[in-house]
Amino acid sequence: MDGSVAELTLVEAVNDCLHTELARDDSVLVMGEDVGRAGGVFRATAGLLDRFGSDRCIDTPLAEAGILGTAVGLCMAGWRPVCEMQYDAFSYPCLDQLINHVGRYRWRTRGAMEFPITLRMPYGGGVRAPELHDDSPETYYVHTPGVKVAIPSTPADAKGLLAAAIRDPDPVVVLEPKLVYRTARGEVPEGDHVVPLGTMRVVHEGSDLTIVAYGAMVPVAESAADGLGASVEVLDVRTLKPLDEDTLLASVAKTGRVVIVQEAPRVAGFGAELAAVIAEKAILDLRGPVLRVTGFDVPYPYWQIEDAYMPSVERVVAAGRRLLDEF
Amino acid sequence: MIGDGASVPDGEVEGLDESDFLELYRQLVLLRTYDERSVVYHRQGRIGTYAIFWGHEAIQVGATFALDRGDWIFPSYRESAIGLLRGMPPATILSWWRGHPVGWWNPLDYNLASICVPIATQVPHAAGLAWGTKLRGEPTVALTFFGDGATSEGAFHEGANFAGVMRAPLVLLCSNNQWAISTPLSAQTAAPTLADKAIGYGMPGVRVDGGDVLAVWEATRDAVARARAGDGPTFVEAVTYRVAPHATADDPSAYIDAERVEEEKERECLRRFEGYLRRLGLLDDETAERVKTEALEAMREGIAAAEAEPPADPELVFAHAYADPPPTLRDGWLGG
Repeated sequence: MDGSVAELTLVEAVNDCLHTELARDDSVLVMGEDVGRAGGVFRATAGLLDRFGSDRCIDTPLAEAGILGTAVGLCMAGWRPVCEMQYDAFSYPCLDQLINHVGRYRWRTRGAMEFPITLRMPYGGGVRAPELHDDSPETYYVHTPGVKVAIPSTPADAKGLLAAAIRDPDPVVVLEPKLVYRTARGEVPEGDHVVPLGTMRVVHEGSDLTIVAYGAMVPVAESAADGLGASVEVLDVRTLKPLDEDTLLASVAKTGRVVIVQEAPRVAGFGAELAAVIAEKAILDLRGPVLRVTGFDVPYPYWQIEDAYMPSVERVVAAGRRLLDEF
Repeated sequence: MIGDGASVPDGEVEGLDESDFLELYRQLVLLRTYDERSVVYHRQGRIGTYAIFWGHEAIQVGATFALDRGDWIFPSYRESAIGLLRGMPPATILSWWRGHPVGWWNPLDYNLASICVPIATQVPHAAGLAWGTKLRGEPTVALTFFGDGATSEGAFHEGANFAGVMRAPLVLLCSNNQWAISTPLSAQTAAPTLADKAIGYGMPGVRVDGGDVLAVWEATRDAVARARAGDGPTFVEAVTYRVAPHATADDPSAYIDAERVEEEKERECLRRFEGYLRRLGLLDDETAERVKTEALEAMREGIAAAEAEPPADPELVFAHAYADPPPTLRDGWLGG
């Protein structure tokens, strides 16, 4: 707000955002498992209970569908709930409420009522965690009508996108890449900081190849770009819905070669949507096939071999190399 | 509280006067008429598949009568016409069953949530509303209706548990009609009664005769008083028997005992209340006839108004899903 910035990790930026938004709007509340006394298992909600009290930072029963289901009623009572799901795969019980109600209720009231719920959670693998602490569930959320989805990859975007989500009149799911929760560090504007939903970030510009990534795959894409010895444009999707097609298609028009990186299983993942958009709207700009570097259509593996599943710099380089060499 | 005046004597009820009795009667007749006419309209192809609530009217009327107008109701589809009790025009609900957009009301107009089609998922909504208004220091109570089958759902459990933990001012009203389509209560639960489940949520559970509008009213009134006093939620099990098909698409002859249905029909709620009022001398033929005629007239006007609605604009496909829609929402649209 005053132009000052702080050097924060990604999870610290999430915490900073929650403090800022709860202070800014007294209808915003945070609810979830262990978000109060413990301050969240990743400390994303640290300090909120002491500062805002137990009415606005609520330790809930261990019930993901109940958290999101009661959030619907809280909205009807005038609150703007920010619901934390403790881990990606633990969020699946809430999909019933999300699909059947959260994404539909505004429509059901013909626009008379709004459901400004923010659903945020750490997601993704690579952290040597037990089973079901590693999933990339974005497709389930993106595929749900009435719901928007954002995924930051930097601390500044973690704060700005979450603030946009909390202030948005529609339900927004924010997936936070836990792999880089504490390794992504950067300058974050203090006070009010909003990154509007629906804009990609051009990480760096290039003219030979476009690598599209989001979340923890952005640094993988950046490393691959460095290793390709070509002019590579790296795009950070940031908002999966609404999708910034303009930035994507402008990049495709410039490079004609596209690699999409996605940590989630391959089949019908978000990369397929990106590829379809490019095929429908820019196929004549392409010099070769759109290539995906993704997880595989298997349960997320035992962590001793999880690196074999995660898209690696080598796999992204190989895909980029193929496009640059063959097309 | 309503007996048959002979083998089972009528009981006492305090807190209602003669005009309340007649209003309860009017509401029972209105719902009964709505339901019976809707089945006819369905057979005539004038509304779509319809979930019948014949025999549940005493539960819906008795419970709603115990609420203030500012209190919230979260219905299942079995209570699709509950808005009639808050002044909603029949045409609105008939339009819902006709799949026309004007049937989707603004919940704020009636403090009435949308009809919940999935089973039990409205229970956490009601718990959240009750908890949220309590956080705001408002005196609002929420009441949610659900059936016996709903008590097997996770959403019921999570909603009831949240309400208990948050001491939410909520009434959980279970219309136990002993059937979930073809599944009898004995295949739904091993609990001796559904009201027993309340103990697991730290709330009182009460069981009433769902065919007795006054008993339902009294139990709900007590639950509402507890809620408003800050003492948290109550589970009310209103026991009835489903004597009609689950819905117009259902044929219960495959699974239900027809003799039992006929026995239960003898105890149906409207006839019982009407007999009670006549024994008290509060209802005569003329009044009964007038009330029924008014209800029939309301339905005639309702279906006429619903059928007079212009066809829905196909553009509405894109309306209302988002306050701020993605720019690509209409990709692939050729126009209406």
